[in-house]
Amino acid sequence: MIYDVVVIGGGPAGLAAAIKAHEEGGKVLILEQAEYLGGILQQCIHPGFGIHYLGEDLTGPEFASLFIEKVRSLNIPYILSAHVMKIEIMLPLAKKIQLIAPKGTKDIETKAIVYTAGAREKHGFEIGITGDRVSGIYTAGEAQSLMDLYGVMPGKRVLIVGSGDVGLIMARRLSLEGARVVGVVELMPYPGGLARNLVILRDFNIPLYLSHRVLEVHGRGRVERVKMARVNSKGKTIPGTERWIECDTLLISAGLVPDVRVLESLGIRIDPSTGGPVVNEFLETTAPGVFVAGNSLVINDLVDYAVEQGERAGMQAVRYAKNGGLPSMNWIPVEKGGNVRCVIPHYINGENEVILYLRARKPVKDATLVTGKKMHKIPVVTPAEMLRVKIKKEDITRPFKVEVSP
Amino acid sequence: MSIRVTIVGGGIVGASIARVLSRYENLKVHIIEKMSDVGWGVSKANTALIHGGYDDDPQKYPLRASLCVKGNRLWQKWVKDLEIPHVWSGALIIALQNEDIKHLSTLLERGIRNGVPEMRLVEKEELQALQPGIASEATGALYVPTVGQIASPRATVAIIENAVKNGVKIHLETEVQGIKVSDGEVKGIQTPRGFMESDVVINAAGLYADEISRMVGLDYFTLRPRKGEYLIYRHGIPGPTRVLFPTPTPKSKGIIVTTEVGGHLMIGPNAQDMERDEKDNLATTEEGLKEVLQGARKLWPGIPDRGVIRTFAGLRPEPPNGDFIIRAEEVWGFINVAGIRSPGLTSAPAIGYFVRDILRRDLGLKLVPKRRWYPRRRDITRIAAIPDAQRDRKIRARSEYGQVICRCNHITKGEILDAVERMKYINVKTPSIDSVKFRTGATSGECQGSFCMVRIAMLLAQEYGVPLWNVTLKGPGSELGIGDINSLRREKK
Amino acid sequence: MKYALTCIVCPLGCVIEVEIKNGEIISVANYKCPRGKEWAIEEILSPVRPFMSVVRVIGGIFPVVSVKSTGPVPKENMKDLTKLLSNVVLQAPVPAGTVVLHNPMGLKVDIVTTRDA
Repeated sequence: MIYDVVVIGGGPAGLAAAIKAHEEGGKVLILEQAEYLGGILQQCIHPGFGIHYLGEDLTGPEFASLFIEKVRSLNIPYILSAHVMKIEIMLPLAKKIQLIAPKGTKDIETKAIVYTAGAREKHGFEIGITGDRVSGIYTAGEAQSLMDLYGVMPGKRVLIVGSGDVGLIMARRLSLEGARVVGVVELMPYPGGLARNLVILRDFNIPLYLSHRVLEVHGRGRVERVKMARVNSKGKTIPGTERWIECDTLLISAGLVPDVRVLESLGIRIDPSTGGPVVNEFLETTAPGVFVAGNSLVINDLVDYAVEQGERAGMQAVRYAKNGGLPSMNWIPVEKGGNVRCVIPHYINGENEVILYLRARKPVKDATLVTGKKMHKIPVVTPAEMLRVKIKKEDITRPFKVEVSP
Repeated sequence: MSIRVTIVGGGIVGASIARVLSRYENLKVHIIEKMSDVGWGVSKANTALIHGGYDDDPQKYPLRASLCVKGNRLWQKWVKDLEIPHVWSGALIIALQNEDIKHLSTLLERGIRNGVPEMRLVEKEELQALQPGIASEATGALYVPTVGQIASPRATVAIIENAVKNGVKIHLETEVQGIKVSDGEVKGIQTPRGFMESDVVINAAGLYADEISRMVGLDYFTLRPRKGEYLIYRHGIPGPTRVLFPTPTPKSKGIIVTTEVGGHLMIGPNAQDMERDEKDNLATTEEGLKEVLQGARKLWPGIPDRGVIRTFAGLRPEPPNGDFIIRAEEVWGFINVAGIRSPGLTSAPAIGYFVRDILRRDLGLKLVPKRRWYPRRRDITRIAAIPDAQRDRKIRARSEYGQVICRCNHITKGEILDAVERMKYINVKTPSIDSVKFRTGATSGECQGSFCMVRIAMLLAQEYGVPLWNVTLKGPGSELGIGDINSLRREKK
Repeated sequence: MKYALTCIVCPLGCVIEVEIKNGEIISVANYKCPRGKEWAIEEILSPVRPFMSVVRVIGGIFPVVSVKSTGPVPKENMKDLTKLLSNVVLQAPVPAGTVVLHNPMGLKVDIVTTRDA
């Protein structure tokens, strides 16, 4: 059996990709690492999912179930607890995926791959926290799965590192269940989360420490106190501003990193600014027929975008499989101008409407987003909010530069 | 009549002694260990090197000099018999300055005197070829092919499992409260779990060996903890193919650069002398890690600023005169095995035989070899590392071997369940993540457990029949949670 | 008493100033749209929030199942809702959408499960 498209990762992007690829007539298989479909959505029990895509505000599990039910009703096959050991590209239309799965080692052959394995969380060691290695230090996602999948209360007094959405949402969950969140520590001089989530700090009376970082953990078996300090504009600790905060839990919400180790081993080019692969407007990586979407491509703030990318990658993957590859193009690189931290895709061809996803470096009020020769007025741009903009074919210039200016 | 031997301390030294003594019919060997698993003290956090034996001056440190070389030879057999992950990578001791070269010649001579085989000096050109990527300032090196690396926490587990198989009894979470001596003879050990009658007590208590020694009135030495900090990098950041040392100083072997057994670039340690009461201070420090990075870059300049996935610190018990203290004391039956600092891991198997000889020679015990002694121990099968056909067979026989839990290191549910079985085999009472980690490698990859830790905890909870929140990170006091999700909200009755 | 609220109606994030006296709004300032003004008034007089939690379940896929309120609930009632839920234990199977609490504390919402258990 040779599949047209194998989707690696059964979260929102992967399920959307599989459904789209199936609807476009492709022979599709989904591989999921966990024992269930839906990915991280199953532990995101708060609302806020689907506002753009469905016009409806759902919780994570509800949003996931719409896609899971669709996959089931379309009879799209999937393998759970399927761990990809290796991908081999033998020929442009012959790819082999080596699997460890409960039914045995399996080699799966496919013409195209959509890689949607999501992201992993940065942990305390990666952000330079020193001191004791004790219990009570969790990444936000770990705490989320402890609480909302497995029903465990991690601690009573919690300090949170990072004011991004995941951190804030966990601040709410912990507070709701009776813990005291003693602070949210943010390295940057501005908060990292969406405005609607910043309300959580006010609701539960949680202090926000901007321009601060956590330096050190102290404890025997468990966290007893945590040292933090103010930082200067370069993120360096200002001596003399150190102080200890008593807490039994330290939650790390320091951002996500696309999980692309399998792709790296294929020699696929990675963009250091996103941590994900370099892609063209079909979301195809530098390995022909390997597409990527969702948080493996770029860290999205909205599931809606992950789904949109999944659908795009799924559709293009089928086209690749059916036509024996995508036509070669005269690619135009998307150049990053001022105040653009990252932009997806990296290459466009100028013959289609494209959607750009980009993130600014610094917050700007009354900003102008310049894409080629087109200007878009945006009242507020912050690094916390990914910008999504549709570019019409006729507005694509050569060269094509993207810029956020005041 | 059988002789009751109690070894205090379930680290690599206590374990090695127990294994050697388990060969004898007339010895009843017990190990008592205060922590909830074996190998969690000094043995847990170190450079995991099997040293060559060129560094230890036989005049100043006769025990170190002779036991290190013997230990190296023994390990070559022990890693095979006990299936301990290892690599014999060889080492290069690097000269960065001209005076270093002179020092390397001294080391070479000393190595020859100590009986280290196959060493030679390497000139700049050959060095650059032997180890591409090395600092261009390196002017030469001493090449020591016999240096190896092992997975050190796993080594203790392996040795203990084999010792238990051969009849050694192990008592975890059992602290020594006192040692009974009468008429100049050891009588036994008082523990919270009762009095353990013993004819021989072997003090292999690592950092706390001085305190144990004091319990029989021997206070002629004190141990000072010396801290060493390390950094480990993610896969894909290149490390050297050989262990790189700087030219050593009198205090330490210096900050080394290596690709550890798991395939990650690892650098460290620094050497920081701590106060006597800081024997549990395993905290990493910003300054220390910076020092390690700076030191390592002198040998291996390509280390990037990013890519650290783990930092840790270990403590070594530093004896007053620098040499190991291994001897039968005037209290009959009490044997100190103390101050086992570097190269302690390397020396451990040789210390085992050395202590056996003390029993024979100094205590005059006649040891009767067992007719049947099992030299081998099987490791947990690493599903990802075996050939496809074999893997497929394993999975078909037990589907849990087809369910990967630790994504980074490809470790399956079956392997984790195997680890739990091994934990129970040596009477681990408190389920902990570290016990699984040190048997399988799970949670030690790039994500440091953020994907799999909770799932492993769930398996431990099921297998030990405890609530998930009572599973620990590293023994009692490090529970993962404070109760069920409603525990802070439920009305207190 | 003067309150400064960062508006969440749109990304603009106006800092709306609301002044109240004896529980009555005297002035609302610094807003750019009527929706913002409305939001600020409601936020002061009767703030409501979406509610989510988990409930223990015996024999389910996971030890707990996620729940939500079918509509926003007054902020001040959230704590009591979690207290009520802390005494609930369900028996699997429980399909998503099952009502766990009907109109708790007369809030005119239900607490329903949001995934299968």
